Amino acid sequence: MGTTFLTAVRGRSGRLLHAAAAALTTPLLPADYLALFDPLLGGRWPAGRVESVRPETAEATTLVIRPGRGWGGFRAGQYVPVGVDIDGVLHWRTYSLSSAPGRPGEPFALTVKALPDGLVSGRLAQDTGPGTVLRLGPAQGDFTLPEPLPERTLFLTAGIGLTPVMSMLRALARRQGGRNASAGDVVLVHSAPDRAATVFGRELRVLSRRMPWLRVHLHHTRTSGRRLTPQRLSAVCPDWRERQTWTCGPGPMLDALRQHWHEQGPAVERRLHLERFRPALPAAASGAGAEDGLIRFQRTGVDVPAGAGVPLLRAGEAAGVAMPSGCRMGICFGCVASLVQGRVRDLRTGEITGEPGTLVQTCVCTAVGTVAVDL
Amino acid sequence: MSVQTIPRPAPEAASPGPASYGPASEEARARAFGEALDLLRQEVIAERGREDARYIHTLIALQRGLECGGRAALAISLLPPAWPAGTAMLTTAKILENMELGHNILHGQWDWMRDPAINSATWEWDFPTPAEAWKHTHNVIHHTFTNVVGKDRDLGYTILRMSPDQPWRPAYLAQPLYAALIAPVFEWAIALYDLEVDAVATGRKSPRALLRDLGALGRKAVRQAAKDYLLFPLLSGPSALPCLLGNLTANTVRNLWAHTVIFCGHFPEGAQSFTEERIEGESRGQWYVRQAQGSANIEGGTVLHILTGNLSHQIEHHLFPDLPSNRYAQIAPRVRALCEEHGIPYTTGPLLRQYTSVWSRILRLALP
Repeated sequence: MGTTFLTAVRGRSGRLLHAAAAALTTPLLPADYLALFDPLLGGRWPAGRVESVRPETAEATTLVIRPGRGWGGFRAGQYVPVGVDIDGVLHWRTYSLSSAPGRPGEPFALTVKALPDGLVSGRLAQDTGPGTVLRLGPAQGDFTLPEPLPERTLFLTAGIGLTPVMSMLRALARRQGGRNASAGDVVLVHSAPDRAATVFGRELRVLSRRMPWLRVHLHHTRTSGRRLTPQRLSAVCPDWRERQTWTCGPGPMLDALRQHWHEQGPAVERRLHLERFRPALPAAASGAGAEDGLIRFQRTGVDVPAGAGVPLLRAGEAAGVAMPSGCRMGICFGCVASLVQGRVRDLRTGEITGEPGTLVQTCVCTAVGTVAVDL
Repeated sequence: MSVQTIPRPAPEAASPGPASYGPASEEARARAFGEALDLLRQEVIAERGREDARYIHTLIALQRGLECGGRAALAISLLPPAWPAGTAMLTTAKILENMELGHNILHGQWDWMRDPAINSATWEWDFPTPAEAWKHTHNVIHHTFTNVVGKDRDLGYTILRMSPDQPWRPAYLAQPLYAALIAPVFEWAIALYDLEVDAVATGRKSPRALLRDLGALGRKAVRQAAKDYLLFPLLSGPSALPCLLGNLTANTVRNLWAHTVIFCGHFPEGAQSFTEERIEGESRGQWYVRQAQGSANIEGGTVLHILTGNLSHQIEHHLFPDLPSNRYAQIAPRVRALCEEHGIPYTTGPLLRQYTSVWSRILRLALP
């Protein structure tokens, strides 16, 4: 009671103090000044500092990051947008968190695999040292465990897709507080090329030894020469139909699994939870040309076929989306919207650009293929 | 008073002169000019990078440092040397905040960095008018219809006659007085102007939208005024009065400076105005030509350029409103050469000459 009261007073007086300081710094916030000394102090645009770097495999690296003020924490299985400064430009990508959620402000871990031609993943996995400041967005995604936990759980992962599941396993292991408590009945089936290329391989072996509720099956495609198929899954986890299943891995694998679960009927299909590293956008409506794609207005929830050469602004307005607009000729920046996914063509120059976080001038940009914008 | 402009080539000159050619070759000239400028633009965009990002980060840190220093000095401004030092720092901070930061960031010049902290969609500035309202009147209306009589409300800010094409009314007889009166309170004049009350009268803006904008302006203006004229003076205790006077001085000098720079951008001798017929069916090349003809530069050193927010390169700014301001000085010689090559006047001159020229226009056009 006493502490609750104290916390409430501190919370309220803290807010009052902040409001008073903000009246002096208006139109900025006190955080904008603090950020000049240390980006981690500026809670308005959260940032984190890399504390340590741990190689997992030849291609994957774990970055332990201490978040600064204003970062809201995460739930096991979620991902976080990370802004990496490369030549003055912040490149934004989302990465799954691999650590178990801790107390507010505690360091967390991201595990990043360098993709071939991956500008940001390569930088993070190979060229980022302790002390590097990374910008952070709020953690997001509903690839998380329900409360209470299901009695029987199956995790089905491949490659770096183990990352969000690792966060869940670590959270479960921490929550159970050791060997005697139970997290129900958890099976992890993970596919990787071989032992050396298995992220967290050693920790998984230790966990499965220590945690009686956990059974780990590691499938090595290179050594066995075989891919993990639904038939093999039945062999290692015969009751997969009855389990709540969380799966994450390459797109084709997820498509195949979804199909397989679908064939078992709706009751089984409902137990499957998928996580894609990039949300899949539906293909354009039939009747559209081969070059055409689709524009998804993410916040409005409207999908519009992307007519060739039609600016995003006109396509959105025609579909009844409340579009911000201005000069309609690319001068005023009154129509900009943040690109979530995909690429756009600037109709003035023909230049094709597109990265998450790019502010796109919707009045002079047209979709190249399929795009999603934050409107 | 002579203003330095690049003379148009005489009709017999080898390069295409506008005076002696028909509309077809006028359009060809505009197209060639536009294509050359598009190439220049692409070149700068391809080069944008780490150095530009460092520039804006440095400017932001400098501005915030000056503001903190100025506020701290004014808090103890009963001590004689603190007042001029604090006032000078705060004035410089406010000028940088308005011109090199606010104006340029709100133009989207730094959107390419993908930094949510420094972009046109999130930035708010130390000015009574809300960024959203200003982006509409400035970025949309003024930059689209630069110096077009009847379209560009910045052409006299609806109270001054700045072009002979604007019909004369007796009220304009007193316009030197209005122009002088708005200069020290320029930020408040802009805030009222951005409400576009005149557009409600003509039906272009709904009364509901006016009420909404009035609310947004009221909220922001109260915070702005409270900060400078109430809270900081109160916090200064015995230095309250000199602090208040320091803040008032900083805002006033910033207003006078902004007014000077902005009026020198479009109204000196040589900067042209246009009719609505002229912009009918305007091509991209013709748009570029109009932007160059309707704008005027101020010559000076690096410090002057930074303090004007590089609006001393008004011509380059109007051709490329979204290129980072630190690049204008670099491309200015090439823009000028392109103007010369295509027979387009490039109006430029030192500050005092341009300023005098603006006032001579204000005085001259006060009369019929």
